[in-house]
Amino acid sequence: MLLGLVPFGVITGVAMVASGIPPFAAMAMSILVFAGASMVASAQLLASGSPAVLIILATLFINLRFMMYSASLRLHFADAPLRWRLLIAYFTADNVYGLMLARTADDPDDRHKLAWFMGAGGLIWFSWQLAVLAGVLIGAGVPSSWRLEFAAPLAFIAMTVPYLRDRATIAAALAAATVVVIGHDLPLRLSIVAAALTGIAAGLLVERKRA
Amino acid sequence: MNANLWFTLGGMIVVTYLLRASFLLLPPGVETPPFLRRALRYVPAAVLTAIWAPEVLLSGGALAISLQNERLLAGAVAIAVAWHWRGTFATIVAGLLALHFFDWLL
Repeated sequence: MLLGLVPFGVITGVAMVASGIPPFAAMAMSILVFAGASMVASAQLLASGSPAVLIILATLFINLRFMMYSASLRLHFADAPLRWRLLIAYFTADNVYGLMLARTADDPDDRHKLAWFMGAGGLIWFSWQLAVLAGVLIGAGVPSSWRLEFAAPLAFIAMTVPYLRDRATIAAALAAATVVVIGHDLPLRLSIVAAALTGIAAGLLVERKRA
Repeated sequence: MNANLWFTLGGMIVVTYLLRASFLLLPPGVETPPFLRRALRYVPAAVLTAIWAPEVLLSGGALAISLQNERLLAGAVAIAVAWHWRGTFATIVAGLLALHFFDWLL
């Protein structure tokens, strides 16, 4: 997990600077937004001159999965003090959540899970920021012939696969892929919105058929 | 660019944090509506796939499902590696190596 987020973080930093975001703003975004996929997407949208409202809307859909993570983490941390829950929310990222799932699968009632989550979240947060900083500093220094930009979709493939657990989730992914390709000409990443909604509908449909 | 950039940044911060905080900040007694919980189950598979699928399936804005598309082939290798070993780093390294290999081969 830690090793995998380094190339993705570096690519995110490079992508932000390459799209014209000043280094200071890129680091502010990395620390305050802390969500790589939406940062890469918004960097591309900013570079193409998209209005803020639509970039924020794209961010909303790309990061909608955090709402699902939030609902899931609530099962573990609903009774934690508010200030801890505020911090848990901040640390909620794909890989932190993924590690948490793996950990609690073995022992859902682990008494140290709050401390464990904070430790894992803090470690991943820190590594991520260092990786993005490296990317921001390298900027245009990576030869384009290395094709490192392909590391971003590869990181997402690695994050997707563990969620393909049954027919319904695979149907959701296939439907989303189909719609996002059909709708790729739609402006402002609306194809992601359409793909998300279709994917959810496909998953629910297959689930109902099997039930 | 600047006003637009800062407004974008502010909006992204608020939206992203609210999504993360949403359920965690509900008071302890509140139940998540069952339909919402079922629907949310499909969000990661759908959204994450929608993010990478165009990078692999499209070439120059057109559908490119052919053996000439080295990104499609590299993506298939990456999916296989992710399926077997689950590691993010292994997936990225294998995918990048495959990309260069197929690029050289084609």
